[in-house]
Amino acid sequence: MSAAKLKTKPSAERQDRSPVGIEVSSLSKGYDHQQVLFDINLAIKPGEIFTIMGPSGSGKSVLLRQIAGLESPDTGKVRINGLDPAEPATRDRFALALVFQAGALFNSLTVYDNLALYPMEHHICPKSEIRDRVMHALQILSIENTFNKLPAELSGGMKKRVAIARALVMEPQLILYDEPTSELDPVMSATIAEIIATLKEQFTVTSIVVSHDRDLALTVSDRVAILRQGRLLAVDTPAAIRSTSDPVIRDFLNPQIDLRNPRFKQLEASNE
Amino acid sequence: MNRILAYFESIGHAVILAVRSFASLPSAPRILKRTAEHGYYGGYTSLPIVSILSFFIGAVLALQAGISMRDFGAKQFIGTLVGESMARELGPVMVAIILAGRVGSSVTAELASMKVYSEVDALVTMNIPPERLLVLPRLLSVLLLMPVLTIMGVVIGWLGGMVVCQTHSFIGVPPEAYWASLKQFMTTTKMLDGLIKAEIFGFVVMLIACNTGLRTRGGPREIGLAVTKSVVSSLVAILILDYFITQMLA
Repeated sequence: MSAAKLKTKPSAERQDRSPVGIEVSSLSKGYDHQQVLFDINLAIKPGEIFTIMGPSGSGKSVLLRQIAGLESPDTGKVRINGLDPAEPATRDRFALALVFQAGALFNSLTVYDNLALYPMEHHICPKSEIRDRVMHALQILSIENTFNKLPAELSGGMKKRVAIARALVMEPQLILYDEPTSELDPVMSATIAEIIATLKEQFTVTSIVVSHDRDLALTVSDRVAILRQGRLLAVDTPAAIRSTSDPVIRDFLNPQIDLRNPRFKQLEASNE
Repeated sequence: MNRILAYFESIGHAVILAVRSFASLPSAPRILKRTAEHGYYGGYTSLPIVSILSFFIGAVLALQAGISMRDFGAKQFIGTLVGESMARELGPVMVAIILAGRVGSSVTAELASMKVYSEVDALVTMNIPPERLLVLPRLLSVLLLMPVLTIMGVVIGWLGGMVVCQTHSFIGVPPEAYWASLKQFMTTTKMLDGLIKAEIFGFVVMLIACNTGLRTRGGPREIGLAVTKSVVSSLVAILILDYFITQMLA
């Protein structure tokens, strides 16, 4: 499926809106005496695709929740065009969309109602237009036949696609993706990568992607940040990240499978 | 000490939740459908259980009163006793307990599940206040259904008392005498006292259910714990409030 199929045009009032830039300064966050993020400083440019990579437990999703305004940092601050993302007025102004890792679809609503909820609640367009927008978003993700199904009837990958379609219906200026390609097959992962790139081209969308997917990160991103144990190791272009001499980053991007690893030998020994 | 602080913190959160929910009241016309759905589930589908329990509570009350009053020759007041007990005390308390066990528990489980699986966070990022979409329709529906359920429960309880008075020969109070005795001391004020109690109980039960659900963190185990916590807190709140409201209305 080609990303050229994306035909949704931003509404007139949205076209007038200023592009969204994000600034994270001196951000630290911890839970129950366990520090997760340490002094994070980032400046994400308007319209940029910015990917945050890092091993599991490095604090990527926690950082995303601070940027989305779902949690407040212990110290430091996050600003979207100078405004606090935790304020409802900020979310209203910039139509912020977050694609959750597990989809976070409303289980009691059908796929159609899940997608129509935002435009219905905010009265952004007439009902007939809402239907068009919803069906078009489902079409882009090749899941138009799921519109009357409940989320419980969908596979994990389908739920992820519905969640992305729900974000598309919002016509947001900032999209945050939490592991958008996890649980998806390589073809659908490539489609998601195309959609992320196309949204940037067609609309003034700033995208922040949290992902383990090296191909996604190094293909569609304008810049990549590597997070490790709650600290930023590097923020640079994909080309620079690829050619880095930092052994930790190189090891993360090109892990070697060593079947002669002493740990496996120990396992074999214990099995015998 | 920490548990006491957590208890007061929870009360504070519940109050804030109620204030935020009612701040969305101007959008009430938009949530009419949801309010009606919750009213149907909480009210209409609770009618059978409310009817059965009310009938037998009224019946047991008449039976106990019949046994005790027989010795004093005061059987003619059984109607008064059943009438006032059901209208002012047992009706509202029993309906509130059914609400806590049947509706409150499922509301807590649903909201806790939505919280744990990030559905509430999704609403927040869409700038749709969870209080408006999830809490206000439930609070409004409970305010509408509690008086109806309570009146139904009270009247069915009275009928239960009447049946016992008529069918047990050692009581032997005919229906006419039973209803005459019931009506003699029953006033609109006494019925209203019961309905005021029912409204307060219903509101508090639903607020506790919503607040406990929305404050859940963790996984499936915490959802189960939240349901238990919600039901136990509601039962304790009903009985404590009952004492103070009764004292106030006396």
